[in-house]
Amino acid sequence: MVPARVVVVWCPDWPVVAGAAAAGLAVEVPVAVVAAHRIVACSATARALGVRRGQRRREAQGRCPELAVLADDPDRDARAFELVAAAVESLAPGVEVVRPGHLALPARGPTRYFGNELGVAERIVDVVATQAGVECQVGIADGLFAATLAAHRGLLVPPEGSPGFLAPLSIAELHQPAAGIAPAELVDLLHRLGLRTLGAFAALPVDDVASRFGLDGVRAHRLARGLDERPLARRHPPADLTVTRRLDPPVNRVDAAAFASREPAEQLHAALAARGLACVRLGVSARTGTGEELHRVWRCAEPLTASGIADRVRWQLDGWLSARGSRPGGVDQPNSVDQPNSVDGITLLQLDPEEVIAGQALQRGLWGESGEADERAGRALVRVQGMLGPEAVCTGVLGGGRDPADRVRLVPWGDDQAPGRAADPPWPGRLPAPSPSRVPARPPPAEVLDDAGCAVGVSGRGQLTGLPSWIAVRGDPPRRVLTWAGPWPVEERWWEPGGGRRCARLQAVLDAEPAGHSTGPLAILLACEAGRWRVEGIYE
Amino acid sequence: MVGSSVASRQQRVPVVPASALRDRLDVPGGRLPFPVAEPLVPLLPGGGLRRGSVVAVRGSTALLLALLVAATAQGAWAAVVGVDDLGVLAAAEAGVVVRRLALVPRPGPDPAPVAAALLDGVGLVALAGADRMSPGMRRSLAARARQGGSVLLPLGRWPGADVELDCRAELWHGAGAGHGRLRSREVVVRSVGRGAAARSRIARLLLPGPDGAVAQVPASKVPEIRAVG
Repeated sequence: MVPARVVVVWCPDWPVVAGAAAAGLAVEVPVAVVAAHRIVACSATARALGVRRGQRRREAQGRCPELAVLADDPDRDARAFELVAAAVESLAPGVEVVRPGHLALPARGPTRYFGNELGVAERIVDVVATQAGVECQVGIADGLFAATLAAHRGLLVPPEGSPGFLAPLSIAELHQPAAGIAPAELVDLLHRLGLRTLGAFAALPVDDVASRFGLDGVRAHRLARGLDERPLARRHPPADLTVTRRLDPPVNRVDAAAFASREPAEQLHAALAARGLACVRLGVSARTGTGEELHRVWRCAEPLTASGIADRVRWQLDGWLSARGSRPGGVDQPNSVDQPNSVDGITLLQLDPEEVIAGQALQRGLWGESGEADERAGRALVRVQGMLGPEAVCTGVLGGGRDPADRVRLVPWGDDQAPGRAADPPWPGRLPAPSPSRVPARPPPAEVLDDAGCAVGVSGRGQLTGLPSWIAVRGDPPRRVLTWAGPWPVEERWWEPGGGRRCARLQAVLDAEPAGHSTGPLAILLACEAGRWRVEGIYE
Repeated sequence: MVGSSVASRQQRVPVVPASALRDRLDVPGGRLPFPVAEPLVPLLPGGGLRRGSVVAVRGSTALLLALLVAATAQGAWAAVVGVDDLGVLAAAEAGVVVRRLALVPRPGPDPAPVAAALLDGVGLVALAGADRMSPGMRRSLAARARQGGSVLLPLGRWPGADVELDCRAELWHGAGAGHGRLRSREVVVRSVGRGAAARSRIARLLLPGPDGAVAQVPASKVPEIRAVG
């Protein structure tokens, strides 16, 4: 099945165009945008002087000393692109922003309205140049991928001509870094296997591609054959997934927009995830204080995560807010001079998942765990560590040992979770389950008394010297012993020069406290070492 | 017992009780409550820990651990704030996935901001030392739990809790006069709440049971006769 005709509008080197406009640089100055010391985009003049994408910054500056270097800023790019999107939208509805610098719209409506595709392309180039003040290229073909490549060349591919147009192109075209269409490793592998053109790859049987390259390979193969990346078995989302937020007070600043976008984005993502869905086309609508309705669709190659949704909403709000305040790089509109920055702000925000796919690809946990919960908990724990210090948040790791306290090692959150001692070797003398639910870090001293009030100890042979009848913990009044078990002697590390450790353990159930609110009989675990008793655990 | 007969009727007729649906509608996103271990189901309205609610636990750390078992096993996270002597080994024996049990033993003089931060990301947050908090602070913590869809489990009294679980130990099995060892404990757990849970419910449980996990008291069990004096 042939995909629908798509118009793609492409602004070459968009990060450079947006950055230079924001910095107020002249057109002829060579400009490059840098992220992590690598060039991610450069202007045509810079390219002519030998600057290339992927170069190190120093190397680029060496080749072109007058190069103006700008920092990479996706927010700035998205904000500036809103002007282009608005300009194209004045010609035809249904504009979808694929990413800043790159937008798509269905070709059918405008073609019928303006007569032919060439007319559509001409008008789009004109309106973008006059309204937004930037250059763009237009490509029209069957399917988004073919139309994108056509836009890079400024071509109109005839209907059903996409496979023929794609066939002679290099296999490297599959790799569209910002859109995340095919991973670089796959493209590299195909190249090394001798598949130098898209046509050669498309000629392979799809079964073989699937068995050798997996899902990524099948997606890339569909693109190379001129089909849509995903088959057209899409579901229409149920209507109740739309997330609507009234913003009170109205949002009219960029930082407030960032804050306002996060919570609805998370809610939308959670609602989709609960139904096993993920969003690939997100509609963002807003209403301003003056009653104006704004709407924009974002389309994404990858299913959107919660932060991906929040980013797009933030970019969009940001774009609307700043496009209405002033128009950098664009032609001043008379009505925007009338009300500088006096936009009454955005009062209503609505997120609409326009297109969803089954979201298995997003599930990260392998054993039925939800990666989402882990991620959220991790963030909360890190925040508490920020408040109290890294040692304040721990998780317990179980290992070997004889004491209930020995067998657990508390590890600060984020550290290596290796057990302290191996659990495998036998640990003679360790108590079977149940273990005490409270294990005091500093065991309180205790006194064990017989009926006559004399202290009870443990003999060298591991026998009690009397029958325990009363136990007093930390100087409190003694409580009657109902039942008791033990003693169990433990000898540890007797081979060490210091003599190791000898102790004996005793479990005792103490009678309920006579006081008013009592929780009933209390069981404790006692240890006697060197004639002194201490409470090692409380079974509460 | 009333609870068990209701449970058995539900098993025969696959109908969702209206109360469960209401609970689901209450919460943003309509998410199901956190599950709890089978013996604790009759004690809680809706059969689980409703997201966004406050469930006070009194009288037993083992009861708190038993409440965390099913939720952590299903991937939820739990945190215990302000308990510096929690027996992690007992937690593991009870069935808690300790990998997802975060401990904040010493939250400082004011545990409220720590608990509030945790309620944003961790599903179940147990909090000791809540008795000393001001009513305003309690309300803001409860609101935080409701907002984030988490469950706050204060240890001790909490006026206005959705459910209050009060545990009283009855007797220990297994130990005698110098023989045997502690094996299990019979407790009576009483649950009182507000709204749908206002009717008080009582359950007799083994907490901990013979293997460390919470269990139902075997029906045929005759109370042991204890020597007096």
